[in-house]
Amino acid sequence: MAVHENQNNVDVLPKDKEKIKKIWRTAGILLFLTLVEFVFAFTMERGWLLYSIFVLLTLVKASYIMLEFMHLKYEQKGLYWSIYLPLIFLVWLVVALLKEGAEIFLMRW
Amino acid sequence: MSTTAIEVKSKRGIWGGGNEPLKASYGKLMMWFFLLSDIFTFTAFLVTYGAIRFSYPAYSGESSAFVSSNEYWPIPEMIFDAFPFIHGVHLPLVFVALMTFILIMSSVTMVLAVEAGERRDRNDVVKWLLWTLLGGITFLSCQAWEWTHFIHGTDTGTELTYVSGLNQVVTETVYGANLLVNEYGPSAFAQLFFFITGFHGFHVTIGVALLFMAFYQAAVGVYENRGHYEMVEKIGLYWHFVDLVWVFVFTFFYLI
Repeated sequence: MAVHENQNNVDVLPKDKEKIKKIWRTAGILLFLTLVEFVFAFTMERGWLLYSIFVLLTLVKASYIMLEFMHLKYEQKGLYWSIYLPLIFLVWLVVALLKEGAEIFLMRW
Repeated sequence: MSTTAIEVKSKRGIWGGGNEPLKASYGKLMMWFFLLSDIFTFTAFLVTYGAIRFSYPAYSGESSAFVSSNEYWPIPEMIFDAFPFIHGVHLPLVFVALMTFILIMSSVTMVLAVEAGERRDRNDVVKWLLWTLLGGITFLSCQAWEWTHFIHGTDTGTELTYVSGLNQVVTETVYGANLLVNEYGPSAFAQLFFFITGFHGFHVTIGVALLFMAFYQAAVGVYENRGHYEMVEKIGLYWHFVDLVWVFVFTFFYLI
């Protein structure tokens, strides 16, 4: 065993140029969207429009990370949906608790 | 011993057992479902932030005229405006943007490590894991600096009236932040900062430990002897998740 340890006894497959290019492209998109958010934070007025843009861009970035980097897009459909479907419940959690926060605000001030 | 091969006509469907219906190994599936549960945890944190923030008045004046007070919720860009070695210059969100850049880049080198693992290219795996490890450690160092700055506070501080730990109303100049009071805003602001970025930093720390393990094992040839680099893939999933969470923390804590 020990003798083999430093030898390359496994065949190394050749690089897939297309695949590596795609990784860097996804990275470029992620960095660009972050830059857009950063610029918008200082050039646009604070308000619901800006916040909606932020949330939208965040979701776009999140899906790039999950689908491309975490490879979810290329997994079996069963796995794909068993990760995605439970996340739908979170939408309700967000709506319910933000509403609750606003109600507490009215009670308190 | 003689063996007889008996062909058993299986009537079992894809969910009948004895195969991998989701075409992923046990370890990878468990990592995915662990991450799903972790998504719930972090969502709970961020939703808590949202709910508590909504329960406080928002600052209504011009951004540039912002003054800290515990009467209303602060504007993050006016709070997080420091940069290491550049003292007293207002550089809103620049440091946190740099941290985001570092984390995204380390996520990219991680994908490249996973890709090299699929090709069973040991040298490439080791190289990219080392870059990822470096990115993770740099990010943690940045966070350590940011926490230190947040805790020590600005030169001027803020004069606040608040209820002290001894249940007395005090009016004094507060510098920095702790769990009871902070110079930036309501006490919940600093509490949430510590809990959310702290919990994320804790995840990064675990990630760095796992990356170090993968780096070491790849370098000494453990995965090569095993014949596959699945461990790199699983740790990769975890590492991307850490990046994913940061994307949300960046938006909801620092931008909005």
